[in-house]
Amino acid sequence: MNIAVCVKRIPKTAEADIFIEKDGKDIKKDNLVFALNDWDGYAVREAVLLKEKYEGEVIVLTIGPEESKEVLTRCLAMGADRAVRIEAPSSSDGHLIAKILAQATKGQSFDLILTGVQAEDDGWGQVGVALAQLLGLPHASIVTHIEVENGKAKVRRELEGGIEELLEVKLPAVLTIQTGINEPKYVSLSAILDAEDKETKEVGLEEIGFTSKAPLDATIDQVSFPPTGKMAEILKGTPEEVVGQLTEIIKKKKG
Amino acid sequence: MLEIFVLVEHRQGQIRDLTYEMLGLGEKLANQQGTSFAAILLGHDVKSFAEDLATRAPKVLVVEDENLKNFNSILYQQTLSSLISKYQPCLLLMGHSALGMDLAPSLSVEMEFPLATDCIGLSFEGARLKATRSIYGGKVNASVSLRESKGYIATIRPGVFSPKMVGEKKGGIVMESSPLQGMVDVKKFIEYIEAPITGEDITQAEILISVGQGIGGPEHIPLFEELAKNLGGTISCSRPVVDRNWLPKERQVGISGKTVKPKVYLAIGISGAFQHVTAMQGSDTIIAINKDPRAPIFGVAHYGIVDDFQNVIPVLKEKTKSWK
Ligand SMILES: Cc1cc2nc3c(=O)[nH]c(=O)nc-3n(C[C@H](O)[C@H](O)[C@H](O)COP(=O)(O)OP(=O)(O)OC[C@H]3O[C@@H](n4cnc5c(N)ncnc54)[C@H](O)[C@@H]3O)c2cc1C
Ligand SMILES: Nc1ncnc2c1ncn2[C@@H]1O[C@H](COP(=O)(O)O)[C@@H](O)[C@H]1O
Repeated sequence: MNIAVCVKRIPKTAEADIFIEKDGKDIKKDNLVFALNDWDGYAVREAVLLKEKYEGEVIVLTIGPEESKEVLTRCLAMGADRAVRIEAPSSSDGHLIAKILAQATKGQSFDLILTGVQAEDDGWGQVGVALAQLLGLPHASIVTHIEVENGKAKVRRELEGGIEELLEVKLPAVLTIQTGINEPKYVSLSAILDAEDKETKEVGLEEIGFTSKAPLDATIDQVSFPPTGKMAEILKGTPEEVVGQLTEIIKKKKG
Repeated sequence: MLEIFVLVEHRQGQIRDLTYEMLGLGEKLANQQGTSFAAILLGHDVKSFAEDLATRAPKVLVVEDENLKNFNSILYQQTLSSLISKYQPCLLLMGHSALGMDLAPSLSVEMEFPLATDCIGLSFEGARLKATRSIYGGKVNASVSLRESKGYIATIRPGVFSPKMVGEKKGGIVMESSPLQGMVDVKKFIEYIEAPITGEDITQAEILISVGQGIGGPEHIPLFEELAKNLGGTISCSRPVVDRNWLPKERQVGISGKTVKPKVYLAIGISGAFQHVTAMQGSDTIIAINKDPRAPIFGVAHYGIVDDFQNVIPVLKEKTKSWK
């Protein structure tokens, strides 16, 4: 089983103060902490678990700037065998990312290509399934369970309302991995140190033979804070005062 | 201007609500563009669906085929690409759902129609499609321009657009012949798996103490359990809390968990992703505790406390001790 996993380095924004760049086209990123996209962490772990079961090699791929190397190191520490970083200008166009990944994986004998369901930052939820079409491979998205037998993957896909569907997909295939598919494993410092000895290849777009100059499908014109029209009434004061107001509200509402 | 297509979502004998929301949006866009919209219904034995949809759309295109009984992206894609080639719609709307996410990106590549996913707003500027998307966990909105094209695909966030109501005039039902030549063996639907009902039923609770990733770790769960006891409430949570095994799956609120409507929903350390919010926004009173004043959850909550939960919850727990 040779498995490629596509991973993205993303800025963590849930707890951060957000500011908008002067040109209005993106948020300021210099004050943010970056990490491996949560979904991709589950995908890498799943690939490593499949490798332990069926043997083979796990390769992680990312398109991104120099700094993306840190997420590749993390993936190697999680048990991936080699890593490739494709240097390319950052882009918010999922179709372009899929085209570059298709060029980078084409003709190599992967049995499975895994991506995350979505990237935490711009959340297109597009790249994996677009990549499958570009490679002419079948796909399944939002996957929560994988079993491989006889050149096929039996996978569970998550639907709405707690229902799942069981599917059979012929390999090679592209699967987009949902969080919770496995139990993340603690990555030790020594694993990270060891990972630095594993192979990380860095290539440019020309080196992988990517020459397309097609116009982007999507471009961001402007970003803005969501309208604050129907914001919550914020309770103010010391914790004691706030809790005082809160208990009054709960008492009244619970009836 | 050419038509707008709306792909009908149905599963296990039911049309999903998102379909009506897309029809509402489809009508609005069609009016703006001086064109018409049509519901696209793929399935098997779906006559009654077609009748229902015809009360809400001027046209229903139906492809009946037993291979379309359950959703399979490959068969849906083959059927849709043939309908698109025949009718040349300017825009195809589908849900940003388990169905749309499995289908839209590959169809978009095949048809060379630019795709905007998870849209919370859509408009045409001339013949060019513009989308509003919510990014960075809902903390900012992005206005996105798609390149010029004869057709577009957009997937629509559930729960954002008002549903299309039953109209006065009944639309026409057009039966299309199926372009499919049997099943495909590269991707096969086998069965639905429904989660067994076990443990606590959070949908019955009147007060939910709902915790998110922001509580930091499972070591804080006992604190919330005590609070729940004081308030006569039940503990529920967001998805990452289940993914990390801090609480069992039956406690999960959200699109892939349970839909809840308690009298009081206390959201603690939950950012307010739409997959969570669409399943709890029907609660009578929503109170959010989050240390980030820009957390999207404050956009749906009635009351908010901007603080670290560790400053608030222990005090609340003490103060409600006597309520038990
Ligand atoms: C197909 C699909 C289905 C999904 N289904 C679901 C679903 O059913 N249910 C669901 O919930 N999600 C679902 N998700 C995931 C969803 O997109 C979000 O990732 C998730 O809801 C985020 O959970 P959270 O708010 O707990 O965590 P985060 O987004 O990480 O937010 C944590 C919040 O806690 C706050 N915080 C941090 N520390 C503190 C503190 N000390 N005190 C107070 N506040 C603090 C932060 O400011 C932040 O706002 C789904 C995603 C996909 C792609
Ligand atoms: N720059 C990138 N490099 C490698 N993989 C990526 C990149 N961007 C997105 N992906 C993959 O595509 C998935 C879905 O991303 P998206 O479609 O942007 O939401 C991610 O979880 C990654 O697996």
